[in-house]
Amino acid sequence: MMASMPADSAGGEALLAKGWWGAHRWLVLRRFSQGTILAMFLAGPWFGVWIVKGNLNYSLTLDLLPLTDPLVLLQLLATGHMPERNALLGVCIALLLYLLIGGRTFCAWVCPLNVLTDIAGGLRRRLGIKGSAHISRRARYWMLAMTLVLAAATGSIAWELVNPVSMLHRGLIFGMGAGWMVVLAVFLFDLLVMSRGWCGHLCPVGAVYSLAGRWSLLRVAAAGRAACNNCMDCFAVCPEPQVIRLPLKGAKLGAGPAILSPNCTHCARCIDVCSKDVFAFGMRFNNSAAAGPATVAPE
Amino acid sequence: METKAKANSAERRQFIFDTAKMACGVGMLGLGLGLYGKQARALPPQAIRPPGAAAEADFLAACIRCGLCVRDCPYDILSLATPEQPVATGTPYFTARSKPCEMCENIPCVKACPTDALDHGLTDINKAKMGLAVVVDHETCLNFLGLRCDVCYRVCPLIDKAITLEVQHNERTGRHAMFLPTVHSDQCTGCGKCEASCVLQTAAIKVYPVKLAKGELGGHYRLGWEEQRKAGRSLVEDRDIIDLPDRMPEGMKLEGHSDPGSQANAKRVAPTPSAGVDSLQSALPHPGRNAAPAGIPQNISGRSPGKRMSDEAAR
Repeated sequence: MMASMPADSAGGEALLAKGWWGAHRWLVLRRFSQGTILAMFLAGPWFGVWIVKGNLNYSLTLDLLPLTDPLVLLQLLATGHMPERNALLGVCIALLLYLLIGGRTFCAWVCPLNVLTDIAGGLRRRLGIKGSAHISRRARYWMLAMTLVLAAATGSIAWELVNPVSMLHRGLIFGMGAGWMVVLAVFLFDLLVMSRGWCGHLCPVGAVYSLAGRWSLLRVAAAGRAACNNCMDCFAVCPEPQVIRLPLKGAKLGAGPAILSPNCTHCARCIDVCSKDVFAFGMRFNNSAAAGPATVAPE
Repeated sequence: METKAKANSAERRQFIFDTAKMACGVGMLGLGLGLYGKQARALPPQAIRPPGAAAEADFLAACIRCGLCVRDCPYDILSLATPEQPVATGTPYFTARSKPCEMCENIPCVKACPTDALDHGLTDINKAKMGLAVVVDHETCLNFLGLRCDVCYRVCPLIDKAITLEVQHNERTGRHAMFLPTVHSDQCTGCGKCEASCVLQTAAIKVYPVKLAKGELGGHYRLGWEEQRKAGRSLVEDRDIIDLPDRMPEGMKLEGHSDPGSQANAKRVAPTPSAGVDSLQSALPHPGRNAAPAGIPQNISGRSPGKRMSDEAAR
């Protein structure tokens, strides 16, 4: 659905080598996942088919499966309020799920704001917008701490007043109001002020998912890193390029090929744009430095 | 070695500066958000929370803005606030004037709440306290004008409990009654049916958050009659009480009105009433007379009351 996005200039080589589908497969799947999840939320209010009720903060699927956003639950606990069983159950299920498939998989495969920040990131690259405000990518953890301190200090879930993620998702389902302005602000911020600013630097929702997926089973791995021809396309498209460097280039340093950084969103765009098929999904434990098929062990 | 130490120190300085920068930036953001959040707590009176919602501050601590209450409301009454509205973003509310609560017996909105922001202890919708109806305008309410509108009373789900019609003499016509709608806060659930159905252009009866609608006695207040009922006897001791004379309009006499103060005075100021009156006075209870300190009643009756007293005594 969102696949009509213009082909990344960065994936030109892959486009030639693998064809359009080969070079966009994961992107299309990802947009399909984001769209489907949103559609399941919208089927109720739009068509009266109730698959999922609620929004990303808390949802009930088929009146059975509760899912709770970890950040909103953390804030809730910080205010000193004890929730009902379902909210607690929901966060346990969500955490287990993301422990398996990687915390920030939420960001790339579920979050609706990601579609917009991806577009902003792509546009920025294509329009050649240079210069980006510099903030450490650790800022998101500071933001996370701030939301929790604020919840404890004010005794209310204050971050939800402005959280663009839930504002967009809730807005799409329950009515947007002026929420689109906040969403637009994030888009323009990413486009004009800071490259990958929101999702890659500031978003505390993503920060929680980073922490939640710290030990996740599923990881992207540069399994075929010996074949890398240094085209740098993966770095160009990656929303968190710092996570690729060591697994891809660190064979000599003894680094395994699995991208273990919790900030990897599993967007798998690197898999798409690599004409040499260096990257693939794998398990975090298949990570011996010699794992790459053609890697010659330095020892 | 020295260069390494220098590099280390530079690194450390950089780290401290970076950390300070981050703390400062995020702190400022947090401050702004905190202040905004403070304002967002002021719930406007026309926004009514669903049944079982705690006081606003506690509600904002507990509500995760998921909207399940909105979804499970069979009458589609609730909505989630959008950012430009003066209600905290994403929290559920309804507007009584346009769509009041239908008071479902099984309270699905409360059951749907995953965080107990809507109190799951609320199982009887008639015990809900979403707000409190107040007849805010006695000048336009048709019943106060002496007409028989009665709509708020008729639509009240707790008719004759939450709203009663109190009969009063209509001074304007002199020969009719007025049936004044009267809300009883111990029964009213704040559902808003009355406000929704008020026939006026702008409702004369409105539902307000209980906090806005109710007065509150000081914690030290005791109502004499209730304390008496609880104790089973009067807690006011009869001894040593100074009873001051009641001032009445000239020539007025109330049947059964006990006024020992005046009578005590009358004795002192006008010591020679007719025997008949005197005997009547001694027949009345005089709790304060005997024990009253001698000086005080004289001081009070020092000026004009003297005449009145004697008049009264003469009667």
